[in-house]
Amino acid sequence: MHMLQKLEPGAVSGLAATLSGAAQTPLSRRFVLAAMGGAGIGLVLGLRPEVAHAAPAGTGATGPAFNPFVRIAPDGTVTVIVKHLDKGQGIATGLATLAADEMDANWSKVTTAFAPADPKIYGNAAFGGAQGTGGSTSIAASYTIYRTAGAAARAMLVAAAARQWGVDPATVTVSNGVVSAGSRSAGFGALAEAAAKEQVPAEPKLKAASAFTLIGKEGVHRVDNLAKTTGARIYTQDLKLPDMLVAVVAHPPRFGATPKSFDATAAKAVKGVKDVVMVPQGVAVLATTTHAAIKGRDALKVVWDESGAETRSSSDILADYRGALGKPGLPVEAHGDVEKALKAPGVKLVEAEFEFPYLAHAAMEPMNAAAQIKDGAVTIWTGCQFPSADLPNAARTAGVAPDKVEIHTLWAGGSFGRRALASSDFVVEAVAIAKAHGKGVPVKLVWTREDDMKAGYYRPAYVHKVRAAVDASGKPVAWHHHVVGQSILAGTFFEQVMVKNGVDETSIEGTHGTYDIPNMKVELSTMKAGVPVLWWRSVGHTHTAYAVEVVMDQLARAAGQDPVAFRLAYATDERMKAVIRLAADKAGWGTPLPAGRSRGIAAHKSFNTYVAEVVEISLADAGVKVERVVAAVDCGVVVNPDVVRAQIEGGVGFGLGAALHDAITLDKGAVQQANFDTYEPLRMSQMPKVEVHLVASDAAPTGVGEPGVPPLAPAVANAVLAATGRPVHRLPFAGQAFKPA
Amino acid sequence: MAVTLTVNGQARTVDADPDTPLLWVLRDELDLVGTKFGCGQALCGACTVHLDGTPTRSCQTTLGDVGDAKIVTIEGVQGREAEAVRAAWVSLDVVQCGYCQSGQIMSAVALLTENKKPADSDIDAAMDGNVCRCATYHRIRAAIHDAARRLEA
Repeated sequence: MHMLQKLEPGAVSGLAATLSGAAQTPLSRRFVLAAMGGAGIGLVLGLRPEVAHAAPAGTGATGPAFNPFVRIAPDGTVTVIVKHLDKGQGIATGLATLAADEMDANWSKVTTAFAPADPKIYGNAAFGGAQGTGGSTSIAASYTIYRTAGAAARAMLVAAAARQWGVDPATVTVSNGVVSAGSRSAGFGALAEAAAKEQVPAEPKLKAASAFTLIGKEGVHRVDNLAKTTGARIYTQDLKLPDMLVAVVAHPPRFGATPKSFDATAAKAVKGVKDVVMVPQGVAVLATTTHAAIKGRDALKVVWDESGAETRSSSDILADYRGALGKPGLPVEAHGDVEKALKAPGVKLVEAEFEFPYLAHAAMEPMNAAAQIKDGAVTIWTGCQFPSADLPNAARTAGVAPDKVEIHTLWAGGSFGRRALASSDFVVEAVAIAKAHGKGVPVKLVWTREDDMKAGYYRPAYVHKVRAAVDASGKPVAWHHHVVGQSILAGTFFEQVMVKNGVDETSIEGTHGTYDIPNMKVELSTMKAGVPVLWWRSVGHTHTAYAVEVVMDQLARAAGQDPVAFRLAYATDERMKAVIRLAADKAGWGTPLPAGRSRGIAAHKSFNTYVAEVVEISLADAGVKVERVVAAVDCGVVVNPDVVRAQIEGGVGFGLGAALHDAITLDKGAVQQANFDTYEPLRMSQMPKVEVHLVASDAAPTGVGEPGVPPLAPAVANAVLAATGRPVHRLPFAGQAFKPA
Repeated sequence: MAVTLTVNGQARTVDADPDTPLLWVLRDELDLVGTKFGCGQALCGACTVHLDGTPTRSCQTTLGDVGDAKIVTIEGVQGREAEAVRAAWVSLDVVQCGYCQSGQIMSAVALLTENKKPADSDIDAAMDGNVCRCATYHRIRAAIHDAARRLEA
């Protein structure tokens, strides 16, 4: 960090000002100073020196640091320090692309490392500076940060070359990882040590879009694809540390129950079992191997205290929700006079009551974390999606100060939201077991598939009721929408900022604003249930888009209009209209289909990204078969078109699997699903052909991890409506008979 | 109990009970962690290895079941089909989270070893047991066709 100690205050504030001015999303000055300037600003602001020194760490990163986001090793390898968890969405590739383009680096020599937990440097502006990944915010919030970090590093390489060669920096050029002036040239690696000592430029100049060599280009391959095809990529599940024990836990059979007592005689007789400890989450068996820990857990006898447990069945919970439809909810949106408009003469009414089940994330890698408490310090290894929650939660559980906790982030085998939660459930469980064991060795908590499926933090179940109407001319004139379900944010530290007047934004996002409806009322009834709930890829939009888009098709039918034309006539946003047109055009909307096939469309904006999807289905004895999906996407500037396409393809598959068969149900409080036989993932034979078309745009970039999901299920439902004349108001589709009209 | 296995062409001796799933022998005893734990019930295919060339779910195969069969894992799979599959996977950027991909690749290599030019229906039949929650199926299908073309060349 020697170079940072040379920094002059003027240079630092200039950098901060530049970053602030260049930012395309509103960033608070506090955030800019704290998150962008890194250790240099840390010194200026009088932050403790260890923060400055910790700044450019990053697991596996080598070579001198140019700033908290870029290192260059003597062999020329550029390591981009990634402040977001990559759980498959490709953010490591995306952030590296941003920095590498501004550096004019050689992409084949670019690698990545995950940042340490340090929100002052690696915070997320979209989360008020908290460090975490979610809400499809990473690219939007990091676009300028990583470009600036790359541009600053490039300028330092140029300055070092100019100094060594005694030439004017203006004559120095950089291309594909080589710095040149006249007849002289040098690779990044040869210049790295000297360049890192150069002054961080006050105002690194960013490229014009026309000069991009990587951003927006085809053929920029993922940074992680080789390691993930050879078996070399290490996930938390694969961790091996000296003296490490594997912990498998007997969890209570119902949410809210706690362990009362246990008999570990048989468990301890299993070869390899070293300890059995009770923690608030259950009873943990610690063993030298995973198999021994599982066998030990299966041999445990535990008595549970179920006095505080949720004992209702999911059918009871949903019946309570339907009962709440009869009572007024909290106001979310109101304009015009919806009751009067619904009763106006000549209107055609559509009434729909929707039901959405609890859903599990079921990432391929079951949740896990390793923890070691030694000499008063805590070390965590996990696919850490939310350092700003996991770090203080681990500290509190271990009974140490937050600055005694270190987190090593590993690549995660999926998340879909499950790894980011205010309670840090599985991280806290790992720390609690390590503390109870008390021997100072690393403990790797492993959940089996069944543990993962039954652990809760589901997409909440919801009931919606919509009453809507078109007038005699076919114009939609009234829309009353009542949402009933649990709040994701209630009781968490998000509640203060994201629950307004009692309304949890994540319960109702996406219910209104897409279409011009002159008389509208949206209300929310927040219900209590003892089932832990959480965001699930695209959060509230998973159910609101379904209700809105299915009712839109019903209204179009009532108006005798084509679903695409109807949406285009009343959509409020030109960007939304453009994706609807593009998807319809590419799908051949209106052209004849083979016998037995039908089409449906849905469109939805989520996380500031616009997506329209046209699906083609066939109906068979086995139910709905989706044959083809054509998606159109407007996510502003596209950083990596192939990663964007991959996320939309994946969103289509993820949304389809859930819509076809998935529901978590409770029988007297006990979760009835355990593994992939009862909670069926989408499989190869069910995957449709997917085409993704991107809208060329110079608008600020937005996220794509989630927005592919919301339109899929309603588009399928609308294709079923087209084939059968019957709207589908309940998910999943499984168990419902669809007969062609 | 000491048992000698042939793993990736090498004799490896392990001390484990015959009822131990091969998955945990590979991962915990032999440090071959490329073979993944996904479900433990042969429902997801993340643990797929080859036993004498046949794709097999190692989580439901006990040490006692293996006998003399030659075990090949993602770390050791090689040959024309494996090279073609890996090249196709990288070329099409198939992976997302990557956790299931060892199993996908082992199933795909076995398919192409048996069937040089699989149709979509062959791919469905061979790959339906391999779950990908990121839903990279679309690209897996394309990559298998791509690998088949590479094998023709």
